[in-house]
Amino acid sequence: MDVNLTLVLVAGALIGCGAYLLLERSLTRVLVGLVLLGNGVNVAILSTSGPAGEAPFYGTADIDDMSDPLPQAMILTAIVITLGTVAFLLAMAHRSWQLTGHDDVQDDTEDTRIRRLAVDDATSDSFGMTTRGEDDDDPEEDGQ
Amino acid sequence: MRRLGRRAFLVLALVPLAAVVWAVAQSATVLDGGVVVQSTEWIPSLGFTLDLTLDALRWLMVLVVAGVGVVVLAYCAWYFDDSGTGLVGFSSSFIAFVGAMLGLVVSDDLLLLFVFWELTTISSFLLIGFDPTNRASRRAAVQALMVTTFGGLAMLVGMLLLGAEAGTFSLAAIVADPPSGTATTIAVWLVLVGALSKSAIVPFQFWLPGAMAAPTPVSAYLHAASMVKAGLLLVALLVPAFADTPGWRPVLLTLGVVTMLWGGWRALRQIDIKLLLAHGTVSQLGFLLVMLSIGSRTAALAGTALVLAHALFKSTLFLSVGIVDKLTGTRDLHVLSGVGRRVPAVAVAAGLAGASMAGLPPLLGFLGKETMWAGLLELTEADNPAGIAPWAGWLVVVGVLVGSCFTVAYTLRFLWGAFATKPGVEPSDVKALDVPFAAGPVLLSALGLGLGFAGAAVTDAITPYADLFPDADPEHPQYLALWHGLELPLLLSAATVVVGLALFAVRDVLCDLQHRVELPISGAQVYRWILRDVDRLAVEVTGTVQRGSASAYLAIILVVVLAGPGTAMVLALVDGPELRVVAWDDVGQLVVGLVMIAAAVFTVRSRRRLRAFILAGVTGYGCALLFVLHGAPDIALTQILVETVTLVVVVLVLRRLPDYFTDRPLRPVRYLRMALAAVIGAGVAGILVVAGSSRTAESISTRFAQAAYDFGYGKNVVNVTLVDIRAWDTFGEISVLVVAATGVASLVFLDTRSGGVRRLAEAAHPDAGAGTATSGGQPRGAWLPAPGTLSPDRRSVVFEVVTRLIFHSIIVFSVYLLIAGHNLPGGGFAAGMVAGLALMVRYLAGGRYELAEALPVDAGVVIGTGLFVAALSGLGPIAFGGEVLQTADVYVDVPLLGELHLVSSVGFDIGVYLVVTGLVLDLLRTFGARLDRQILAEQKDDQHPQEVNG
Repeated sequence: MDVNLTLVLVAGALIGCGAYLLLERSLTRVLVGLVLLGNGVNVAILSTSGPAGEAPFYGTADIDDMSDPLPQAMILTAIVITLGTVAFLLAMAHRSWQLTGHDDVQDDTEDTRIRRLAVDDATSDSFGMTTRGEDDDDPEEDGQ
Repeated sequence: MRRLGRRAFLVLALVPLAAVVWAVAQSATVLDGGVVVQSTEWIPSLGFTLDLTLDALRWLMVLVVAGVGVVVLAYCAWYFDDSGTGLVGFSSSFIAFVGAMLGLVVSDDLLLLFVFWELTTISSFLLIGFDPTNRASRRAAVQALMVTTFGGLAMLVGMLLLGAEAGTFSLAAIVADPPSGTATTIAVWLVLVGALSKSAIVPFQFWLPGAMAAPTPVSAYLHAASMVKAGLLLVALLVPAFADTPGWRPVLLTLGVVTMLWGGWRALRQIDIKLLLAHGTVSQLGFLLVMLSIGSRTAALAGTALVLAHALFKSTLFLSVGIVDKLTGTRDLHVLSGVGRRVPAVAVAAGLAGASMAGLPPLLGFLGKETMWAGLLELTEADNPAGIAPWAGWLVVVGVLVGSCFTVAYTLRFLWGAFATKPGVEPSDVKALDVPFAAGPVLLSALGLGLGFAGAAVTDAITPYADLFPDADPEHPQYLALWHGLELPLLLSAATVVVGLALFAVRDVLCDLQHRVELPISGAQVYRWILRDVDRLAVEVTGTVQRGSASAYLAIILVVVLAGPGTAMVLALVDGPELRVVAWDDVGQLVVGLVMIAAAVFTVRSRRRLRAFILAGVTGYGCALLFVLHGAPDIALTQILVETVTLVVVVLVLRRLPDYFTDRPLRPVRYLRMALAAVIGAGVAGILVVAGSSRTAESISTRFAQAAYDFGYGKNVVNVTLVDIRAWDTFGEISVLVVAATGVASLVFLDTRSGGVRRLAEAAHPDAGAGTATSGGQPRGAWLPAPGTLSPDRRSVVFEVVTRLIFHSIIVFSVYLLIAGHNLPGGGFAAGMVAGLALMVRYLAGGRYELAEALPVDAGVVIGTGLFVAALSGLGPIAFGGEVLQTADVYVDVPLLGELHLVSSVGFDIGVYLVVTGLVLDLLRTFGARLDRQILAEQKDDQHPQEVNG
């Protein structure tokens, strides 16, 4: 299969830019990065379908001249899924703005707490809840 | 339960009673050595069957489990008060346990047995943790759960291994033709780990005394009569086939004897009479393990009889403890005094049970012990059926002898502690005894006494099982009887009683001794250490791996993406493959591509939110052009529609967010990110080139076009691929859309799925702020019904007129795209998007009430209907004997329109159409209408203080 270099470069550039934005703090920028990444991946899938051709409609062209329909079906699915993801992240960005006044992704407080436990060489809460006060309530026995 | 109060236990007791009646009905078959089998297919494709079987051993266990279950459930009716909290939960857990235990006993399929096994573990957990407010009971419940599920997991692995080795999961088939080899040995030992942990054998013994936190009926039933016998039952079922597994006899006999001695020794110093019994149970379980794991006829006969005897006397004793505890309010043997005189019936019952435990005639325990000695003494002879060296046999005999002396001693300690009148101790205050309360223990102990005289019958019942084993003296098979003659077994029995009495007499000295020679570590301590270390390890690992920063996690994911396929790419490049590339198919691709790359770079550099999205949108429209140039009109159409919807939705949300991104100091880590992103981009490009040029196989989709026409009855190959060839995929995708839409709605509406649809008529006092032109209701002659609710400076008459003119045309067009999509560009996705755009135009022209007038239905209803229609049309073909999602076609003559070619997958596409339309509607309702209302509310809040001031 001959690879279309233009498509590959576009895909690489979009995915690179998308990945850069994905690593940002601002949820909106992450979202924009996701859009770029999604478009880049779609172009990448397109580039796997071989040479351009006639639109894949049975009977309108020779089957050998048609463009590959399978990547197109996958891209179609991906496009709509991206819309769903974008909408969801937008809602999250909006909610985050409502709650904190900005849309920066915060460090997970639960993770930070566990990290502190690790630094303190302590056990988890659930461990304490089942076993703390280990020997207090051992049964009484004769001869003690 | 609520109406009957505690009497409900009597009704519940009918359940195990039915099992008893059923088992008795089968007794003729089983006692003749027959086996009752019932088999039901469960998951034929995986070879799972529900195999239930009833042989002599299981018959006996069913009688024990169900019979004791009846007595204990009836006993509960007097044990609990009506006011007792959690009785409903207790009784349901209890009855669930009875069912699971009976299932466990009669399961023949190993996997089925495992399921029941774990169900009993769970019921046991719930019953031990009966009082969740008590920390000790919580801890004991968790401990029992941990230990037994640890064993259960080991057992599951063992069972899977055993099943794989034997080629079947049927226990009967495995035992009939046992596999052998290293794998089998490992499998059997893993199964034994499960059995030993369940039966509280050293080193797992410590959970059982802890489990005494449960109410006494639970201790009597689960932790004495039934559940802890499950492990022994498994050993008894496996021993005919696997007794010669390497290590079987040495390890099991050693563990059994050690457990017997440990339990007996510890029982001698307990103050709580219930804990005393618990340690006694541990001791007895070890003893039973010894007898059941030997694998000779005499030992099997004695072991099985002792299992029966133990179930009877131990539950009697526990039930007596429950009565004493209820009547006096204490279980401390230093406080109890003179109880026996007040409740003589209970004392006599407990005395009989204790005599059976100690092995005194004429009780069932004595019969078992007599034959037990005979069986153990066989081991001391050369060429015994178990193949044990005589010296080892003597060791076992001595061990069991010492253990039996302990048994006699702690039996006396228990009876003395619970019922005796102690000099110098004030007589306990004993409440009046409800006569039926004592019926349970009296009945069970009477049974133990009666069966003592029925040695021949008990022998007959056990013989079919015992005959599976080789006999030392086939001429004179052993049998259960009160009088075997004045032989060594009788002397041994007598000796244990004498020594036991002596040990009891010096009990205080013994307790002091025990205190002084305490073992340095206990099983419970080791358990706590393990638990603690696992927890610490988990904290350390989590603390190291979970740094809490989303970008760090994403970076790790990206690095993995790079490392995996990237390495493969580099390795392939080292081989120096022939790279087959063309610059472009059409020079237009280059032009579009350059614009897209530029847009992407400027997106990254943008500091304004809206600009970033618009530039990202440029790449999206660029994609659509690339699709057109490639010969893919369907996705080009969809891409343009989606891009437009995305932009509008983004603008709707961005009106709430600040214009600029938060300014943050530029940190050096930025360059690291840039480098990573650049490598990712280059890596993806490289992989695409290398993988693409080394492709040799023909694409699977070359046959799609023909197949789409022949089987999908459509000419648009992409659309047929979506609704037929890869329809499962599409179904998954629309499900994801439903989830996303739900997520969006819940994040914006917060409390409800949606705010409901507020129609124009409800907007009598429109909350559109100052300057509203008209009150609600449709003004005559207006182009659209609702724009009147908007403030005049937001209205555009031209827009309203255009909307009025084109709305219906767009909807009709979307339906056309939907129907024609099978053969021409279009399809459910594109059509749904077009319909969504039509709604969007209405919303933009006339505000949220206009949207409600355009489609006065909740978005969730549209989406749900869509998913339902898609599922229904997918399942439809089954009704006609077809496959799920199969396509059929039919030609229909319609007047005026001529002959129509109807294809069933259009139904699926309609579902997709509805889901997509619903999604766009949902986005408009949430990001549009709902945010409008929030903005208005805030404006009012802002205005209000000014009015007050003014």
